[in-house]
Amino acid sequence: MSAEVKLRAGFIPLADAAAMIVAVDKGFAAAEGLDIELVREVSWSNVRDKLNIGLFDAAHLLAPVAIASSLGIGHVKVPIVAPFNLGLNGNAITVSPALYSALADAAAGDISDPMVSARALARVVAARRHQGVEPLTFGMTFPFSTHNYQLRFWMAAGGVDPDEDIRLVVLPPPYMVESLANRQVDAFCVGAPWNSVAVDLGVGRILHFVSDILPRAAEKVLAVRGRWAQENPDVLGRLLRALAGAAAHVADPANRDEVTALLAAPSRIAVDRDAIRRALDGRLKIAPDGTTRVSERYLIVGRAGASRPDPAQAAWLFAQMVRWGQAPLSSEILAAAKAVFRPDLYDAALPGETEATASEPADGDGVFAAPVFDGNDVASYLAASKIRRA
Amino acid sequence: MQHSLKIVIVDENPIRAAILEDGLREAGHVHVARLDDTSHLLARIYSLDPDVILIDLENPSRDVLEQMFQMSRVVKRPIAMFVDQSDAASIEAAVDAGVSAYIVGGLHKGRVKNILDLCISRFNAFARLQDELDRTRTALEERKVIDRAKGILMNAKNFTEDEAYTLLRKTAMNEGKKIAEVAQSVVTAAELLK
Repeated sequence: MSAEVKLRAGFIPLADAAAMIVAVDKGFAAAEGLDIELVREVSWSNVRDKLNIGLFDAAHLLAPVAIASSLGIGHVKVPIVAPFNLGLNGNAITVSPALYSALADAAAGDISDPMVSARALARVVAARRHQGVEPLTFGMTFPFSTHNYQLRFWMAAGGVDPDEDIRLVVLPPPYMVESLANRQVDAFCVGAPWNSVAVDLGVGRILHFVSDILPRAAEKVLAVRGRWAQENPDVLGRLLRALAGAAAHVADPANRDEVTALLAAPSRIAVDRDAIRRALDGRLKIAPDGTTRVSERYLIVGRAGASRPDPAQAAWLFAQMVRWGQAPLSSEILAAAKAVFRPDLYDAALPGETEATASEPADGDGVFAAPVFDGNDVASYLAASKIRRA
Repeated sequence: MQHSLKIVIVDENPIRAAILEDGLREAGHVHVARLDDTSHLLARIYSLDPDVILIDLENPSRDVLEQMFQMSRVVKRPIAMFVDQSDAASIEAAVDAGVSAYIVGGLHKGRVKNILDLCISRFNAFARLQDELDRTRTALEERKVIDRAKGILMNAKNFTEDEAYTLLRKTAMNEGKKIAEVAQSVVTAAELLK
């Protein structure tokens, strides 16, 4: 074993930081000769900036932030690579009790169908406009976030223009629940455990798991600077093996109690164990009356081939940036966006670890609304989307 | 004479914000506003219409500010200090000091650099003060424990104050501990034996 290497890694206290936290706190990193200091951060801007300027060697990062940073969109251009997916899915859309009953009244069919709920939202939006009521406000976590794109994708499929018909505002995850309670927002899209916290307090109801809309969405990635990856291939390989071991540990239901305890610790996610446990089990209380919904797709860590980055998912995220006017489209930029996800680095560190994903969506994403997404032809995809900025 | 810049400080620590505001005023900036809570942050910032926004990095609402770069219908579009790739050293110094600056596009770089430098030095000064305060507090606590331990030894062993202190000091040296640690064990032991 080569000498112990010290690394600093930033994370945001969310359930999908599980593999990173378990890698450090359960000894997977130490077994690879890595001494990782985990630094809890309060904003994605901080994580991005500290990774960019080298205060962090690695980070738990929103997948679209890694892409935006590499393309130099909205911020300084620093090439970032994502050689490991820390989690797929995990977000949910939670609405206030008032909005839920308005949607239920307007729904033509089963509201648990996201197309039905999106069309119901269009009717609620139209009715409010007719009555001269303020537009609805939806909270999400960052301009370059899966939450932003997932909300937009869902509501646009039902005919709601996310820029014209409603207000989309950024809220730090720990403020989401309070903002819903004091009616600053009518709904939000956020990761675990905050949806469960809102339901437990009786101020919100989970309308959809985002996996209803997009069954296979890259959510948080392990992000490192491209140059760092180039200069430290051995350390990177050890880091990926530690994360793979930890992710498998997280995925095994037999370890749930232990993993939950590690994640709930005061220096890690520091919220109620039960809320974390429900996220890991994919067994969520969706309404204050105790109604529970179970889905193994809710949050996917360390199983179903989730850890191996899939450029098709980077392409979907980039397509949303283009669709909503954040990025220009060209084949070169599309290629650069896809190249942020590095299955080759994953394969080099973890040969033979690629799991069969035959039962997974063929396009890599599994979009719920037409048109079918083709990561090689973003232009046609966008042309077929009615509501768009580009 | 250039027009005076409008500066907004977003910092939930009112003392640090006040220190920074004083510094900016001393440097001749008269339009300085402080926001120490972050409710309705964007609406308040839009109504103030600042040229420069300074925010502490412990503030989760930094992500809220980032949204301003994405809103096409806002006339003035603040851009991050970080956009200027050439100024790596001052960016690092700012992040290290725990502060970030957002500036309105088109503002002359030199004018903002002065503000950022001042901000960095005040943030660092505040951190030193905080550190000093913590150390003073610890020293005070330690002195209290040592006084209690001395009192216990004086009662139990009929020592003078000097003798009691000498015993604490010698024990600390022998055990390679701090006097306050030995004093704490005396106090704890005395409480157990009560």
